[in-house]
Amino acid sequence: MTEALLEVREISKSFGAVLACADVSLDLRIGEIHALIGPNGAGKSTLIRQIAGNLKPDAGSIHLAGRDVTGWDTASRSRAGLCRTFQISSLAMEMTVLQNVVLGALGRRGDVFRFFHDPLKDTGLVEAGMHALERVGLRHVARDRTADLSHGQRRQLEVAVALTLSPKVFLMDEPMAGLGMEGSRTMTAVLDGLRAEAPILLVEHDMDAVFALADRISVLVYGEIIATGTGAEIRADPLVRSAYLGEEATV
Amino acid sequence: MRRETWVGIILVLGLLAVPLWALAVDEPYTITLATRVVILALAGVGLNVALGLGGLVSLGHAVFFGLGGYAMGILASHAQSYTPLAEWPILIEGSKSMPVIWLVACAVSGLVALAIGALSLRTSGVYFIMITLAFGQMFYFFSISWPAYGGEDGLSIYVRNEFPGLNTLDPIQFFGVCYVILCLALLLVSKLSRSSFGLALVAARQNAERVQAVGIEPYRLRLVAFVISGVITGLAGALFADLNRFVSPSMFTWQTSGEIMIFVILGGVGRVMGPVAGAIMFILLEHFLGGLSEYWHIYLGALLLGVVLFARGGLIGVLAGREVAHD
Amino acid sequence: MSLILLIEQVLNGLQFGVMLFLMSAGLTLIFGVMGLINLAHGSLYMIGAFAAAAVAGATGSFVLALAASLGAAAAAGAIIEVTVIRRLYDRDHLDQVLATFALILIFSEGTRWAFGSFPLFLDIPDYLSGPTTLPGGIQYPLYRLAIIVVGLAVAAGLFALIAWTRIGIQIRAGESDREMIGALGVNISRLYTLVFALGAGLAGLAGALIGAIQSVQVGMGEPVLILAFVVIVIGGIGSVKGALIGALLVGLTDTLGRFLLPVVFGAFMEPSAATSIGSALASMAIYILMASVLIARPRGLFGAA
Ligand SMILES: Nc1ncnc2c1ncn2[C@@H]1O[C@H](COP(=O)(O)OP(=O)(O)OP(=O)(O)O)[C@@H](O)[C@H]1O
Ligand SMILES: [Mg+2]
Repeated sequence: MTEALLEVREISKSFGAVLACADVSLDLRIGEIHALIGPNGAGKSTLIRQIAGNLKPDAGSIHLAGRDVTGWDTASRSRAGLCRTFQISSLAMEMTVLQNVVLGALGRRGDVFRFFHDPLKDTGLVEAGMHALERVGLRHVARDRTADLSHGQRRQLEVAVALTLSPKVFLMDEPMAGLGMEGSRTMTAVLDGLRAEAPILLVEHDMDAVFALADRISVLVYGEIIATGTGAEIRADPLVRSAYLGEEATV
Repeated sequence: MRRETWVGIILVLGLLAVPLWALAVDEPYTITLATRVVILALAGVGLNVALGLGGLVSLGHAVFFGLGGYAMGILASHAQSYTPLAEWPILIEGSKSMPVIWLVACAVSGLVALAIGALSLRTSGVYFIMITLAFGQMFYFFSISWPAYGGEDGLSIYVRNEFPGLNTLDPIQFFGVCYVILCLALLLVSKLSRSSFGLALVAARQNAERVQAVGIEPYRLRLVAFVISGVITGLAGALFADLNRFVSPSMFTWQTSGEIMIFVILGGVGRVMGPVAGAIMFILLEHFLGGLSEYWHIYLGALLLGVVLFARGGLIGVLAGREVAHD
Repeated sequence: MSLILLIEQVLNGLQFGVMLFLMSAGLTLIFGVMGLINLAHGSLYMIGAFAAAAVAGATGSFVLALAASLGAAAAAGAIIEVTVIRRLYDRDHLDQVLATFALILIFSEGTRWAFGSFPLFLDIPDYLSGPTTLPGGIQYPLYRLAIIVVGLAVAAGLFALIAWTRIGIQIRAGESDREMIGALGVNISRLYTLVFALGAGLAGLAGALIGAIQSVQVGMGEPVLILAFVVIVIGGIGSVKGALIGALLVGLTDTLGRFLLPVVFGAFMEPSAATSIGSALASMAIYILMASVLIARPRGLFGAA
């Protein structure tokens, strides 16, 4: 068995009466894309937020490359190589596109406390940023204000910032949402190439992309993982068919 | 060059030209007025680091302004009376030397900013505003009830402090000292706003979650910004006290905090030259409206209300157009 | 030091706390319901005091004066809500701070222009002046006792209003979900004006009650405003219960600090040094209290987590 880089052990989280995450365990192995699917409100984003450190689980633990990171804050986890993209784009909207990726490169390098050093004149940082933009197809808008980007372009920028961090593990919350046909295809190709650099825990509603990309799929329903397996196994799983794909199939 | 840069250059040169003209036609009062503008602008430049770049709405910057003032007052009064400041554990003498006073003012303001910031930045939003305000009051009441340095009446210093090689009693020479400091501070802040630190700080203002996600802790950025901000405002306080040769608890009042904030806003928040434009406007208003009516604060209030409700870019915004993301 | 003196100081602390509650209740409601930070709340306190002084001067009736303070402050509140404050609800806190700071400048100078810079005096009516004897033989000023009673009665009324009336239900709904009450067909802008006027009226009443102990002058509102901020920060912004607890805590800490600290320092220092150190520390006591509360609970005692 290949080594698990990220391991989530039996975490639970409830908001009042809503059990958003019930005893969830999953792992992410080197070189794979592990897709997490489930209906709206199943608790996928809640799981991602707990792994990234934005939300404290009620119980359970999270391990990154063998280290228990459950008590760490978001920034420390990010520095340790755990990097996420947001379901609802979370960018510095008044800055340029380039500034957003340079910020990522700066975070990666870890020397923000430099008071006279212009990061936009630092070829290392700018090149890292431009390279990331190139990969997601945003190079041509590098000097635009982020707020002026289209919805889909913002999703691509989210991924570009993640790329600048060259993390050990990617957590991506619906990177394809709102991309359109063309954009989805580019993004699928980007993610496909990315798994060799670092494994991806991918939350996605776009089933074509999921079945094209995922090495393994976990299905989350009402906060519980009801099945984990390859695409074929998941398609065949009776529990999944009734609980989840059943609804989809009728559409 | 961008229009905002031009506006900045014109402001800085204009600020130099007016006292030189006043010197030529022998109007020392105008020189003093220009010195006031420069010092208040410096205080605003300080606040602007926290408020404009960091988005930290501090209503307690009078603390640093006042500490700078009292650093000058206390050191100079001991030097004046030839009594040491402390004899134990080490002998500390007073001082009449501006550079020494500035250093002490900066160090004290910086340390206090570190303490206040460390506590206040645990909170955010309205809590932050109110806590900084409350810390300001704490210093104000302390300065009133502590009798050693004049209490409510404040401290007078009979002769302005010394700067090596200059006659600081000559208004134009003292103006020059303040002007150079302001220019250095403007240069520093404009560098800062384009630095790695500035990028991360501004990003944390726009979206703290994003900054955390790239592995940077907003708290530490903000704390450093708050300290830099406090140091600059503290230095302005020391100069202000030297200008008036007087310090009193009124430097600690929350109206002082409010007024420093008004310069920054009238000028244009987050713009490097905003505080300069704002301070010029404030002093001009005070001078002309104050001459027209005893109740000129009514007009100031109405103007401020108008700017907040209808012209959010401030004066620089009107002169130089909408803010553009710099690159 | 006698026990009687201590009890008297505790009562003074209560009286101060109750008055702070009248100020803070409005501030905290306005923040809780509308999300607005209102620096001009101190001006409404001042307006209440001036209205009371003017009416008492003209009619000689203290009751009419109190009614006038409530009415004038509530009316002023409603007017600024409709003309200015309303535009600030969806602005950031910085804009709110600046605009309401501008209102302070306008109100303060306007009042100075109308009434002059000299303080006015509001006399305690005969039937409330002089001391009264409490159980245990303690002599205490009747008027201060009346403030405590009035303040507690208003507090009780406010809690009842929030707990049981239609407006109270709307206020509570407004705190938790703004869109919801709009969807339920409540006229939001009228509710906001009402809440603002209510808070303003309470501040005006506080101003009038205190105006009779201290003098009525321009600038009297701001020190109290800042104390009210301390109160609601300690209590948790938006919580009326927090405001009550916070107000009593601040009132007692301040009063007892001023009374006890010099005595405590006097135990091991020479009297003049003890007095100056003690009173300097006492003047900072409530801010130290606030800082300690915030270290333990960054959103105050009763603030939402
Ligand atoms: N902060 C919160 N407070 C209360 N309830 C919450 C909170 N965050 C999420 N929830 C609830 O937890 C459940 C899971 O939400 P979550 O956002 O994780 O779903 P999701 O699977 O990501 O859905 P989607 O596919 O729509 O993105 C939902 O019922 C949601 O209402
Ligand atoms: Mg989601």
